[in-house]
Amino acid sequence: MTGFLQNTFNGLVSGAFYALLALGLAVIFGMLRVVNFAHGAFYMLGAFGAYVLLTEAGVPFWAALVIMPLGLALLGMALERAFIHRLTRLDPLYNFLLTFGLTLILQDLVKLRYGVQSSPYETPSALSGSVDFGLFDFPTYRVFILGFAVAVCVGVWWALTRTRVGMVVRASTERPELTRAFGINVGRWVTPVFGFGIGLAGLAGVLAAPMRAVNPLMGADLIIVVFAVVVIGGLGSIFGSVAAGFGIGLVQAWGEAYLSAFPIVSQTIVFIVMAVVLLWRPAGLFGREEAPA
Amino acid sequence: MSMRRTVGVAAASAAAMMVVAGCGGGGPQSGGDEKLTGGKIVLGVLNDQSGAYSELSGKNSVKAVEMAIADFKAKHGDKAVAKDITVETADHQNKPDVANSKAQEMYDRQGADIILDVPTSSAALRVADVAKAKKKLYFNIGAATTDLTGKSCNKYTFHYAYDTYMLANGTGKTTTEQVGKNWYILYPNYAFGQDMEKSFSTAITAAGGKVVGKDGAPFPNTSGDFSTFLLKAPTLNPKPDVLGTMQAGAELVNVVKQYNEFKLRDKGVGLAVGLMFITDIHSLTPAALAGTTYTDAWYWNFDQQNREFADRFQKETGTRPSFAHAANYSAAMQYLEAVQAAGTDDADTVVKELEGKEVNDVFLRNGKIRAEDHRVIHDAYLAQVKPQSEVTEPWDYVKILKTIPAAEAFRTPSPDCKL
Repeated sequence: MTGFLQNTFNGLVSGAFYALLALGLAVIFGMLRVVNFAHGAFYMLGAFGAYVLLTEAGVPFWAALVIMPLGLALLGMALERAFIHRLTRLDPLYNFLLTFGLTLILQDLVKLRYGVQSSPYETPSALSGSVDFGLFDFPTYRVFILGFAVAVCVGVWWALTRTRVGMVVRASTERPELTRAFGINVGRWVTPVFGFGIGLAGLAGVLAAPMRAVNPLMGADLIIVVFAVVVIGGLGSIFGSVAAGFGIGLVQAWGEAYLSAFPIVSQTIVFIVMAVVLLWRPAGLFGREEAPA
Repeated sequence: MSMRRTVGVAAASAAAMMVVAGCGGGGPQSGGDEKLTGGKIVLGVLNDQSGAYSELSGKNSVKAVEMAIADFKAKHGDKAVAKDITVETADHQNKPDVANSKAQEMYDRQGADIILDVPTSSAALRVADVAKAKKKLYFNIGAATTDLTGKSCNKYTFHYAYDTYMLANGTGKTTTEQVGKNWYILYPNYAFGQDMEKSFSTAITAAGGKVVGKDGAPFPNTSGDFSTFLLKAPTLNPKPDVLGTMQAGAELVNVVKQYNEFKLRDKGVGLAVGLMFITDIHSLTPAALAGTTYTDAWYWNFDQQNREFADRFQKETGTRPSFAHAANYSAAMQYLEAVQAAGTDDADTVVKELEGKEVNDVFLRNGKIRAEDHRVIHDAYLAQVKPQSEVTEPWDYVKILKTIPAAEAFRTPSPDCKL
């Protein structure tokens, strides 16, 4: 029982990263119809940024947790204005290739300066202990990540459902033409939403720095699973991306713990789930079928 | 729009971009009846120059080979067998297919007399096949598989620095004797990890220890999370004294970070690492690894001779050498010395010169190039990461607990190997 709870907890912690990344991908896809392949690279930049801020300028984790998401959001907005915006009217493939190219450029720039070996980043001392839950104790930092990610997701949900801006964004995400027909300037929100999605990726990156290897390829490994998460949740579905993120984290952790006798299954479980979901509901768990364009 | 179609097409285009054109063409260099093919000696360094293993070997191994050439020329002066010794180099990206085509290109078109390094076992084995087919020399340094001197051995392939047996025997045996008898083994579930797990289990059992649990973690582990396994370790019965991790590179970093997060050392579970390079310790910091034991093929600050080499290497590259760098230097040097002694770069003659030779240099201590299976044996070292308080200069992260004599460090020639 204790083991099960611990594994569940860990699954949720992994899921927190998936959820933050998938949420960003989902709002970007919803608003821009852009599959942002560079999302993993921004996650990596978030972690590297925290490392550089700490080693070059002595900026602690807490400050990095604010500075990096904001900085990356601005960078994301600039990139959207400079490049992505110009390609949105063309086949989505163009932006896919653009963001893929961006990923390679960003990864190689970091590699050029910092190499491929992982860079060290310590857990902030306030969070380095562990919390006693009675049945088991658990690293404080993991508890913090889980709480923080849930708070961010709830905050985003609140902003999207309870504020005027959020409702406009949600409406433009789910029914862009109809929203335009109501006389709302959808285009105005495109750049900030892109920046917001990138900011979330950066936030996930900073959170990952103390517990994951910080290296130029850290995002490339993760983003494949995150794409699967987004597809499972339903493309563009904001709630779906978060639910699928935590769900996939759980499935992976349980798979590793209880299917270790079948390594082939536990290694590919995410993609098995994805295949099953797509056969059953081609638009994903929470997605809606779109009319062919 | 169809998302799945888009992703599919994009993935296909991406794959197409990554394909390396392995064009053939270009016949073998005309040899004539000179002593040296093409009138010169060409050393090819084929390794990972952009990926996970590019720092522990990579371009700095090319520098090490250049240092060996300079030293060889300085030593032999006018009597050197060749005035013209050059280095060709290529990035195999750790992909067996790329390694295969690049190796052919090196031997055929760039006139390489020998290929050096080639990390990643699957790639290393493909290059061994090329060497055999082309009848050209190949010194493997970067790969760990014992198959290079086992069922896949051949007349032209030599295995230079280390292998899974050396790592398992050194760390598994000594840690069992000195730290604790009960082990939990965590390995990446692919060829290298499975090999390592088997070798470790054998060595641990032989030393009177017991493997109380073992798990193959997904490889690559896309979630980056090893907590399921790390949490399991202290709950096993009997409780393991040692967690043996066979992960490498970034995955090793993840395991160690999470090992510390879950405070396993405080719970009485020590840490032993299957394969670790000085560059890994540098990136994890010695504080994260203090007390960890592993087997090292060579350590830069072991004695004065190593240190002098390390100082020169640092002048060239700005960093201290890993054992792979030192082994590349030594391999290039021993090859050139063998050509010097043979008076020709004809592969069969050089192989005869090398077989059974006893060598001592900066990398090889009590070294011997075994004729039976072409395993190059030498002293290995059991190393332990120092606590932060004992680290007095950058890169000096370990103390050597024990020198493992060459004859014990490596396995006896395998009956599977028929040269």
